[in-house]
Amino acid sequence: MTIVEKILARASGKEKVAINEIVMAKVDVAMSHENADVVLRSFRDIGVKKVWDPRRIVILFDHRIPADSEKTAQTHKRLREFVREQGIEHFYDLKEGICHQVLAELGHDRPGEVLVGTDSHTTTHGAFGTFATGIGGTEMSGVWATGELWLKVPESIKITVHGSFKKYVSAKDLILHIIGTLGADGADYCSVEFHGETIGSMSIASRMVLSNLSMEMGAKVAFVLPDDKTVQYVRQRSDKKFEVVLPDADAAYVQTLEVDAGELSSQVACPHTVDNVKPIKDIAGLKIDQALIGSCTNGRLEDLAIAAEIIGDKKVHNEVRLLVIPASRRVYLEALAKGYIETFVKAGGLVLNPGCGPCLGAHQGLLAPGEVCIATTNRNFKGRMGSPEASVYLASPATVACSALEGEVVEPC
Amino acid sequence: MLIKGRVYLFGDDINTDVIYPGKYLSITTDRGEMAKHCFEAVYPEFLKTAQRGDIIVAGKNFGCGSSREQAATCLKYFGVAAVVAESFARIFYRNAINLGLPVLIAKGIKGFTEHGQTLEVDLVSGAIRNTETGGSMTAQGVPEFVLEILTSGGLIPYLRKKLGIAGQEV
Repeated sequence: MTIVEKILARASGKEKVAINEIVMAKVDVAMSHENADVVLRSFRDIGVKKVWDPRRIVILFDHRIPADSEKTAQTHKRLREFVREQGIEHFYDLKEGICHQVLAELGHDRPGEVLVGTDSHTTTHGAFGTFATGIGGTEMSGVWATGELWLKVPESIKITVHGSFKKYVSAKDLILHIIGTLGADGADYCSVEFHGETIGSMSIASRMVLSNLSMEMGAKVAFVLPDDKTVQYVRQRSDKKFEVVLPDADAAYVQTLEVDAGELSSQVACPHTVDNVKPIKDIAGLKIDQALIGSCTNGRLEDLAIAAEIIGDKKVHNEVRLLVIPASRRVYLEALAKGYIETFVKAGGLVLNPGCGPCLGAHQGLLAPGEVCIATTNRNFKGRMGSPEASVYLASPATVACSALEGEVVEPC
Repeated sequence: MLIKGRVYLFGDDINTDVIYPGKYLSITTDRGEMAKHCFEAVYPEFLKTAQRGDIIVAGKNFGCGSSREQAATCLKYFGVAAVVAESFARIFYRNAINLGLPVLIAKGIKGFTEHGQTLEVDLVSGAIRNTETGGSMTAQGVPEFVLEILTSGGLIPYLRKKLGIAGQEV
């Protein structure tokens, strides 16, 4: 069996499950951010008084913090009241950062468990061998009420990565290349498994980039096979028991893909779809107005580290706005201690509070018509980050940092 | 369940940012207000020319991207009768079912109808008829369990029935 088959069998109390079978799965962790307000509206409509388990629900704010409007302020207030009313144990308000970093840091991600979140990039948590997927608000209200949801057992795609990256080529370039190869719906409804020694030697943060962006090819879940590194990371943060689930050697895959990491150069996803991927050199010289380092994809310490290394004591190009958004409060503190934040500020960059920032187009650095932004974020859809006439290019932290210095897209070298 | 409506045609990979712009995500409970912003930023003509009862017909991967439920909610409360597409992104597909917005996967729908023509769609059998060309085709069947949620009017009425609280005051 594949990982997803094993986890869904266990979560639904069965010996084994078949592809396309619909199972009722028990949920271990149910995560929501501001859109818990959408969940709440539906939860009240169901008419259940109490949530199924206040210890298994995690709520935090990251999408529009601090509140971008009076409406958002009301949402935050309403949810704080709900958290008190229900005794929700894990509530982090707006203090911790982006959900897809914070849940890992604070010990909510464990191998073999089922984690659902009202955010599409919930696939990120598959980096720990967790069945982690995004659901909508009404669906989550059902989880709050009953602790379970229906899931169709998906087919699996096996992606094996060998070889070592060239300097300045990273997990972001790898996953952009894979999305460009498979297409925006290339893994639709599927479970993706990442295999191979390249993945094994990757940091936890880099693995999270792979699981995070797999959503952009339609993946339902995206697993990195849990290993000693995973177990060590999780044990340091959670005292709950868990069981590492791995695929059988004879597991059946609907598709397999082999990638040689050593062959890869820096990649970019061009407007307005994430599968419009090219080698960065194809658009070298394109003038940029904004450079953004952050998000649930690439706002972690290693991302800030490479950007700080590249920037050093140089200055951001005079006609470029560099925005840096640490993924979490902990990442922010570590970046402060290591001097990265000072590097960005001295270079003329603007460091914003941990959160989603302008990635989803709500606030903090939106684009005017005709403007170009190169970003480490995850979506370049038309109108996503402000004007529908603006252009967003997705690239690695190294590429974004180099481009911020030059005022135009450059290949890091 | 027979649905008859005029076709409003879209292409491939219509994402949820396009269906419901991120700047309106702060609208979380007022569903009528959400309906005022369908496709507003990228296809503003939708709000001027689409009518209640229209059937959206689209290419592959409709509803890809963000999990925002507002993308399905705004269409339902605008009055879109159904969405028929070559394929759907999974979260949008589930959101639509949970809200009671009929969604059908119909391989070959792209060349089957033009913008403005009228379709008759049978949700249970999946039969689709183009009343202008007389052509017919069949959409992928909906699993019985999913059909039960749809015919209950969505996940909330379905759960209320299942949990034995149907009929009580909300």
